[in-house]
Amino acid sequence: MSGAAEVEGLLRELAPRVLGVLVRRYGQFDLCEDAVQEALLAAAVQWPADGVPERPWGWLVTVASRRMTDQVRGESARRRREEAVATASPADEWVAPGADADLPAAADDTLTLLFLCCHPALSPPSQVALTLRAVGGLTTAQVARAFLVPEATMAQRISRAKQTIKAAGARFAMPPPPERAERLRVVLQVLYLIFNEGYTASSGPDLQRADLTTEAIRLARELHRLLPGDGEVAGLLALLLLTDARRPARSRPDGSLVPLAEQDRSRWDAAAIAEGVALISSALARTPVGPYQLQAAIAAVHDEAARAADTDWPQILVLYELLGRLDPSPVVTLNHAVALAMVRGPRAGLDLLATLDGDARLAGHHRLDAVRAHLLELAGDPAAAREHYRAAARRTTSLPEQRYLEGRAARLG
Amino acid sequence: MKYVVLIYSNPATWRALPPGEADRVVKVHNDLIDELTASGEFLSIYRLADATNARTVAARDGVPVVTDGPFGESKEVLASLWEIDVDSMDRAVEIAGALTPHATVEVRALMDAAGLEM
Repeated sequence: MSGAAEVEGLLRELAPRVLGVLVRRYGQFDLCEDAVQEALLAAAVQWPADGVPERPWGWLVTVASRRMTDQVRGESARRRREEAVATASPADEWVAPGADADLPAAADDTLTLLFLCCHPALSPPSQVALTLRAVGGLTTAQVARAFLVPEATMAQRISRAKQTIKAAGARFAMPPPPERAERLRVVLQVLYLIFNEGYTASSGPDLQRADLTTEAIRLARELHRLLPGDGEVAGLLALLLLTDARRPARSRPDGSLVPLAEQDRSRWDAAAIAEGVALISSALARTPVGPYQLQAAIAAVHDEAARAADTDWPQILVLYELLGRLDPSPVVTLNHAVALAMVRGPRAGLDLLATLDGDARLAGHHRLDAVRAHLLELAGDPAAAREHYRAAARRTTSLPEQRYLEGRAARLG
Repeated sequence: MKYVVLIYSNPATWRALPPGEADRVVKVHNDLIDELTASGEFLSIYRLADATNARTVAARDGVPVVTDGPFGESKEVLASLWEIDVDSMDRAVEIAGALTPHATVEVRALMDAAGLEM
């Protein structure tokens, strides 16, 4: 007997390898992906009750292959669904010699699948949904719960995404070398999006979504294992670890947010910080610097300060200056302004913020008001700070952020 | 981002439509629901019964008092409510635009229980 959680972990690990074998055998990514999903569902029902088969990977390949054969024979979708749950254990029937010997080669399938699921023809939400199901091995129901949408809606998104990939003529193959860097950038962005979906939801009624941070870290770890020499992959993994390390301290049991400066740092995850710092230090020493490495380095400087007052703000400022040159964005400027305020005083930070006024990308965005309020508070202008905290509170669509911002405004009288 | 699209219309205007026009508008709505379902943006819809069936409840001297009819004096009343999940307010407004024949449409962002540390 194995626990359901243990089985689920195993299935998530095996999912991309089973899918890789099927796609190489049958082509037709969209149908293979459905077949693997059905095999995973069957295993999730049977394995916790009957025990994990001796060759779990072979079991899944066999069941998924049967689904494929059924599909090719044109059996009705209804019958496939019914059978998915009722499939008898085929472990003993799996007799193909040396089947599991495919496993090492199959590791590369994970990378090919990541590139396919993060195809540029797809919108970011579709890339995220498809990656979680096809590479992460999550069920449609789990992905739907994580994004708080009905299962039918998520099923539709995934099916649409597969049609889009097919229509774009994408093949199950590594992108050609000239495109690889750009395609990898999209993969990293998708993993970062998955992480953020979970990270913003790490408390209260949203614990289900918090699982996404674990999943994003797992996938980033897998990607780092496959591409150990890529500095940005290492940078992303480090960034996720160093950010997630603060999770136990970033919200109170009632779900309210604790700002970085007020967090109980003894609750930070020291092991995750140590791993993240080692990863980023090694990447910075070995590879060309990139945006994820710089963000990880900034997170590392924060995480290494025993008290908020010990934070090495001059170092953070230098890193934001670099990031602003390498990968400029209004959000980077916002954070840069905070670092500048901490080093050269709040007025210097406010001057930099002023350069964002009229930037259409931030127009009406609550974070501009929130940062301005914070800097005005530091500058000793409570009346103006209160006004901007209130404007930010009205604009945000996040309940805990709103509560936090209203609290700051109220504190200023 | 999740939004609700609130469609307000005047029942008198609706009743006075030329023959076939109401059917045409219903078809526009149904086609749009199909399109949003196919794109994975559709979450749910509530079609409201005639305001004759509405009750408005408000406290008077601390006691709930029930009156017949919808809240507010406007001739335009809430007719249906769509819940959608789309990339941006721009996309939500584009969807709302298709629903404007004989109606006024309000798009409201829904609050999220999640938030970033500040």
